Amino acid sequence: MTSGLSRRFLLLAALAGIAGFGCKDSKSSGSSGSASTPNGPASSEIVVGHYGSLTGNTAHFGQDTDKAIRLAIDEVNAAGGVLGKKVRLVTLDDRGDSAEAANAVTRLIDVEKAVTIIGEVASSLSLAGGRVAQRRQVPMISPSSTNPKVTQVGDYIFRVCFLDPFQGKVMADFAQDTLKFKRVAILRDVKNDYSIGLADAFKAAFTARGGTIPVEQSYSAGDTDFSAQITAIKSADVQGLYVPGYYSEVGTIARTAQRLGLKVPLMGGDGWDAPDLFKIGGDALNGSFYSNHFAPDAATAKSQKFVSDFKAKYGQEPTGLGALGYDAAGVLFEAIRASGKTDPAGIREALTHVKNFEGVSGTITINANRDADKSAVIVAIEGGKGKYRATVAP
Amino acid sequence: MSEFLQQVVNGLSLGSIYALIALGYTMVYGILKLINFAHGEVFMVGAYAGYYSAGWLGVNGYEASGAGFPLLLALVVLCFAMGSVALLGVTIEALAYRPVRSAPRLTPLITAIGVSLFLQNAAMLVFSPNPRRYPAILSEVRFEVGGVILTNIKLAIFGVAMVLMLGLYLLVHRTWTGRAMRALSMNADAARLMGIDVNATIRATFAIGSALAAAGGILFGLDQITINPLMGVLTGLKAFVAAVLGGIGNIPGALIGGLLIGLAEQLTAGYLSPDYRDAITFVILILMLLVKPEGLLGIVRQEKV
Repeated sequence: MTSGLSRRFLLLAALAGIAGFGCKDSKSSGSSGSASTPNGPASSEIVVGHYGSLTGNTAHFGQDTDKAIRLAIDEVNAAGGVLGKKVRLVTLDDRGDSAEAANAVTRLIDVEKAVTIIGEVASSLSLAGGRVAQRRQVPMISPSSTNPKVTQVGDYIFRVCFLDPFQGKVMADFAQDTLKFKRVAILRDVKNDYSIGLADAFKAAFTARGGTIPVEQSYSAGDTDFSAQITAIKSADVQGLYVPGYYSEVGTIARTAQRLGLKVPLMGGDGWDAPDLFKIGGDALNGSFYSNHFAPDAATAKSQKFVSDFKAKYGQEPTGLGALGYDAAGVLFEAIRASGKTDPAGIREALTHVKNFEGVSGTITINANRDADKSAVIVAIEGGKGKYRATVAP
Repeated sequence: MSEFLQQVVNGLSLGSIYALIALGYTMVYGILKLINFAHGEVFMVGAYAGYYSAGWLGVNGYEASGAGFPLLLALVVLCFAMGSVALLGVTIEALAYRPVRSAPRLTPLITAIGVSLFLQNAAMLVFSPNPRRYPAILSEVRFEVGGVILTNIKLAIFGVAMVLMLGLYLLVHRTWTGRAMRALSMNADAARLMGIDVNATIRATFAIGSALAAAGGILFGLDQITINPLMGVLTGLKAFVAAVLGGIGNIPGALIGGLLIGLAEQLTAGYLSPDYRDAITFVILILMLLVKPEGLLGIVRQEKV
């Protein structure tokens, strides 16, 4: 027993020695190996962790968000950093997988010593990663997860985007008021918390005002064959089809609908927002609509700079998800600046006080539920491109 | 009624793709008693071979102009993919399976799973993990018959699958290579004693099975619109179930099994719930193994001592 204890003690001592040595080493090399006291004089930088789907079926979500966060961090570092400290971004890939998302957040906090986590786009993954962040008491800002459950995980979880009940209602109202639809079918992804929540929100808002949903069909993320669902929907004689899924499947669904002669507009949410939507869906998407956070072609003065900076740096137009990634970083810097604190608990407290932050995707006020109250835009697809149609205030 | 017929048409076209892949499982199992789990990945590589060769021949991967792509070039794409993937199948056999051929049966099986995982991840590295829109090597023509939408692609899938299967049937029953395959599957030692080149015959089996899977990959891409490096996992498993259902080792059995699985999947998705579309395949497998383990057309061979 004693020998076991002393061996354990020796091991601990050795580990502490290595850690201490690593710390000294890191100061000279400039990369933090073990910043155990992020608020202390030793840390000259603020480590922000980002986890996202850089590969996999929703790779565009993670890549666009990461590019925008990087842009925000480069800008703030070029201007001297936050509170005189440089911001360093560590990005980990979760491959669009819940288990990987939880692993990534664990690693960002335990190994990289991130004081704040930004992520994820997909609600299912934000839920998985958020549970880890909440347990470790490190604040997490989801740029674009719209499912209400995400911030209900705990008081360390925030978001800078609107919620699905609002997004679903926006599209339901648009379908009824502008498109004059009375019968709409729903096709949802049953593996995806986001898609389920958005479909429910749309259905509640659409039927509350006298519309009917004669047929509801479902699929699972990763499916490639939708002909059975489209065939069933076609025989129900509807005016429109609501598909609150992700771009990778929506493009194929649009193609299948075209092929099987279902000639009604498709409607969706911000999960459609990626260039690959058009690469896969092509002309089958013309005449469709989706709700989004931001439309690059309806930019305000503030967001115009973001769009042009993003284009200059990456040679492509930012998506709405990119705009939100940029705003998530902006809100974080604002909170740190206002409070003067760089420890996880201090940043969490400061985030709850963010009010009227002028972001590129709109004005952000963090409410009591740690959500953001914001407006949405409707994007119409014409000629293989998304075009701004309308703005809907909350 | 037209809805039901539409589901049947869709199911048959999906099923004929499963049948093409199932043939590869069945042939290899018949000869080596090996379930070649890498076959689903061979199918995936076939789809990508078609994707790239169509690109080299000038069909944009994304937006098909709709202008007719010459049928001859479509056949060139098909032949190129089948040829290159046949080569891949032979290489896999030579590098992975031949060294463990005389080992206990579990060893090649685990090797096959390893090859499958290797090919999946290599494909993600080389082809990128993002799903890709399949090039329209056949420009789509739609027509309606009694409320059922048919496309030339669906007909082509059915036609190509039937022609290839007929070709295979003739090859196995009318040529010397086919006779050697059948001899090998009955008794490998006796076949060797009769002067049959075992290695060459096994090579031919892998080449033919892989080429058929490549054809299946191209048809799948045309039918399902997108391809990705993990497309072979579930499709391969379902084709394997199709082979077992029809009676593994039996060529007409693979055809019937494939069509039945395609139909069952489509009708389940259409009338029960799309959530059960993958489950139904495996429910069928379990029932089949309980009721008639040798498969619909399978023959119980007496084990001789």
